[in-house]
Amino acid sequence: MAYSEQVIDHYENPRNVGKMNDQDDNIGTGMVGAPACGDVMRLQIKVSDDGIIEDAKFKTYGCGSAIASSSLVTEWVKGMTLDQAQELKNTKIAEELALPPVKIHCSVLAEDAIKAAVADYKEKQAKKQ
Amino acid sequence: MMDITQNYFEFLALPVTYQLDLQALSERSRELQKTLHPDRFSHLSDRERRLSVQYTAYLNEAVSTLKNPLSRAQYLLKLEGFDTFSESQRQLDPMFLMQQMELRESLAEISATSDPAAELDALRATVEQEQASLREQFDKYYQQSTPSSFEAAAVCVRKMQFFDKLGREIEALEDQLFDE
Repeated sequence: MAYSEQVIDHYENPRNVGKMNDQDDNIGTGMVGAPACGDVMRLQIKVSDDGIIEDAKFKTYGCGSAIASSSLVTEWVKGMTLDQAQELKNTKIAEELALPPVKIHCSVLAEDAIKAAVADYKEKQAKKQ
Repeated sequence: MMDITQNYFEFLALPVTYQLDLQALSERSRELQKTLHPDRFSHLSDRERRLSVQYTAYLNEAVSTLKNPLSRAQYLLKLEGFDTFSESQRQLDPMFLMQQMELRESLAEISATSDPAAELDALRATVEQEQASLREQFDKYYQQSTPSSFEAAAVCVRKMQFFDKLGREIEALEDQLFDE
């Protein structure tokens, strides 16, 4: 199956690969996985005091589409509010990357990852209070 | 008479169990293969020959599914109405995912270590140990045979899928590092 140019671009030059300290209060970490293909994805956000996502990092072990989906999400969420990030839809990711139907689940994985990261951040904040 | 509406175990006249006797599986498979050999059907009608092709395909599918510990587990659950073959998104234990992430990270770093062969062996040993323990857990839950234990068995299967993938990645790296 041929990958789209957008997927190849993110696959060859992934943005924001890396890790942030998940013990920090201002970091939210989302870990997700897809049993059917054995892919694992970690997506992290760094949130400013006024609730804006300042930075995002990811690491994905999986196919090109999964890597591209998470790479794209880290680009998109920078500068977003938590609510905006939580509303990010997999269909937008799939559209941007021109994912074929069999790879749609990769974009769902990336959506789940950002939701999990936001939820993790909120949970940490709730615990502080 | 062979009947492809039977499940794979029935088709092969084997007990429906996870602790499958692999010796018996290959013996039964060979016996059936013999009766299905296309040469034996050369004098038969088109319809009968078509049936024999169908039986052969079903037999091959049955054997390959039951032989592999992961697909055998998935098949047993499917017989109970739990389809883990095609699911992609499931809530998974974050600690488990963390461990998978770490294992993948150490695999990715192996080629840069001073003794990649030893590191690969160590990683493979870890994976095999985890797989063995998941298979044991699966069998325990499967035998309890209640809706909640089948659900717990499905959780084991999902974890097995990640280790299966990791095992294949280890093999691929091994080929890449040492077979050239």
